[in-house]
Amino acid sequence: MAAFRSQGLAEPISGVNLVRFENVGVRYGSGNEILRDISFTIEPNSFQFLTGPSGAGKTTLLRLVLLSLKPTRGLISLFGSNVAELKKNELTELRRRIGVVFQDFRLLDHLTTYENVALPLRVQGKDESSYRAEVQELLQWVGLGHRIHVLPPTLSGGEKQRAAIARALIVRPELLLADEPTGNVDPSLARRLLRLFVELQKSGTSVLIATHDLSLMDQFDYARRMVLSDGRLIVYD
Amino acid sequence: MKSIIKFWENLFSHKEQRAALIPHNTVAGRSLVIVIAIMSFLASLTMGAVFLISEAAGNWSSSVSSELTVQIRPVMGKDIDRDVQVVANLLTNYQGLTDVRIISKKESERLLEPWLGTGLSLNDLPIPRLVLAKFSKQTKPNLAALKKNLEEKIPQASLDDHAHWIGRLVAMARTVVVGAIIILVLVLTAMVLAVSFVTNGTMSSNSEVINVLHFVGAKNAFIAKEFQSHFLGLGLRGGLMGGAFAAIAFLSSSQIFPLLSDGASGDQVNALFGSTSLSLSGYISIGMVSVLAALLTALASRLILMRHLKSLW
Ligand SMILES: Nc1ncnc2c1ncn2[C@@H]1O[C@H](COP(=O)(O)OP(=O)(O)OP(=O)(O)O)[C@@H](O)[C@H]1O
Ligand SMILES: [Mg+2]
Repeated sequence: MAAFRSQGLAEPISGVNLVRFENVGVRYGSGNEILRDISFTIEPNSFQFLTGPSGAGKTTLLRLVLLSLKPTRGLISLFGSNVAELKKNELTELRRRIGVVFQDFRLLDHLTTYENVALPLRVQGKDESSYRAEVQELLQWVGLGHRIHVLPPTLSGGEKQRAAIARALIVRPELLLADEPTGNVDPSLARRLLRLFVELQKSGTSVLIATHDLSLMDQFDYARRMVLSDGRLIVYD
Repeated sequence: MKSIIKFWENLFSHKEQRAALIPHNTVAGRSLVIVIAIMSFLASLTMGAVFLISEAAGNWSSSVSSELTVQIRPVMGKDIDRDVQVVANLLTNYQGLTDVRIISKKESERLLEPWLGTGLSLNDLPIPRLVLAKFSKQTKPNLAALKKNLEEKIPQASLDDHAHWIGRLVAMARTVVVGAIIILVLVLTAMVLAVSFVTNGTMSSNSEVINVLHFVGAKNAFIAKEFQSHFLGLGLRGGLMGGAFAAIAFLSSSQIFPLLSDGASGDQVNALFGSTSLSLSGYISIGMVSVLAALLTALASRLILMRHLKSLW
């Protein structure tokens, strides 16, 4: 057990930590602190699970990393820059280096599977012809080749999950955040998707997967484990 | 300006048919188009009325101010015919005046007939006499100097260049125009408020779309553009619709008016308004009001969008 300890006024080591939390605390509104004194780092090209009982704050922690929630205290730095000091445009630049799979998928219901997956490239202003083949190939790869032109409401839970994963992967992010990415699929597909994440990590992406599927984690026992309980984080390397 | 050109290009290019990122059914599209159309119709009507009135005022003043009248009052013991001749000579030789005409005693009597009846000998009545002159096209007469000159030579002559009348007409027209502009501003303000409400509603029903767009790396400007091109489209549709109806209204009234008002009443209408048909610049200004309505729609929605997006982290 080697929980990360911040070394006082450590110099910002840009390029070393993708994510760095120092004594971060967060509360929703005026309630209790959901997360307390959270300190950890995520190194480039690493693979880790984030686990803990339901309601422990896994999704909350991912939201902090994703810049969709501001911490009530503590310091968060992403790719070497303190997020509290970021300007709007820099924020967007950072988000483009992060891929995310939401627990509830958050696909846009009025866009087809193809358009949903292509969305991160489209919002960067890229020309459709430059990514069409790539998107179709990825959809094929996650087993949605026959569901390219349907709207998300007609997809099954597992199909939605795979579409959400494809959307997160399409930009080849430096950091992939996945919230229960195997919650809606059968065990064999879950293993396949996990292997996809492992492949991704081998090609240079850091992966953080929130899950409470213990048997799944046991199959990848070399991965780092971050366990949340009672608002605190314990990291097992 | 660039973005408008881009918008038109997108509107007419079919090379990429992509689904809108903002679902169309979440925008209160049709009702907003109708509101904008009505507002732009009212604004265009007002604008057209401004043009009709100011053009009519211009006609009155140019026709009246192209001539002047000198009135000579009879005075006991003076030969009025001689005075009239002196005035006529003075006017004829005055620079900037042409077509000097003496209204003869006979003519003067005829002018008075409707009031006094025929068969009345006016020889004994002291009737004032008139001398008319037109302004020449090339040089403008110095009226103040002329007035002074006249009063020195013939004290009982008084110069009337109708400036008083014209002044009142112009003042009235100006009042009407100011009132119309106030109405125009009010109508456009109401339109902007309606657009603001709809923009706010559209944004709250699309907050999930906005969030997702943020997470996949969309800049605020990109999101705003998605909404804005939508609103500019609605604004253009509504604005042009309202403007077209107003133009049709003016066109048809200029066709129908002469039919309805024949004879004397028609003359009165013509005298008052010169003509009831709008000039080309009137129609152009209606077109500009329509485009203004569209631009205001796009601008208002953009301001509200950007404020909302900035409030998100
Ligand atoms: N927007 C919110 N407002 C208020 N409380 C919230 C909000 N989101 C989460 N919470 C609370 O914060 C706590 C942690 O929630 P979170 O969603 O992070 O848990 P989780 O570990 O992801 O759970 P699960 O495994 O069920 O997904 C919960 O008690 C939850 O009720
Ligand atoms: Mg969760």
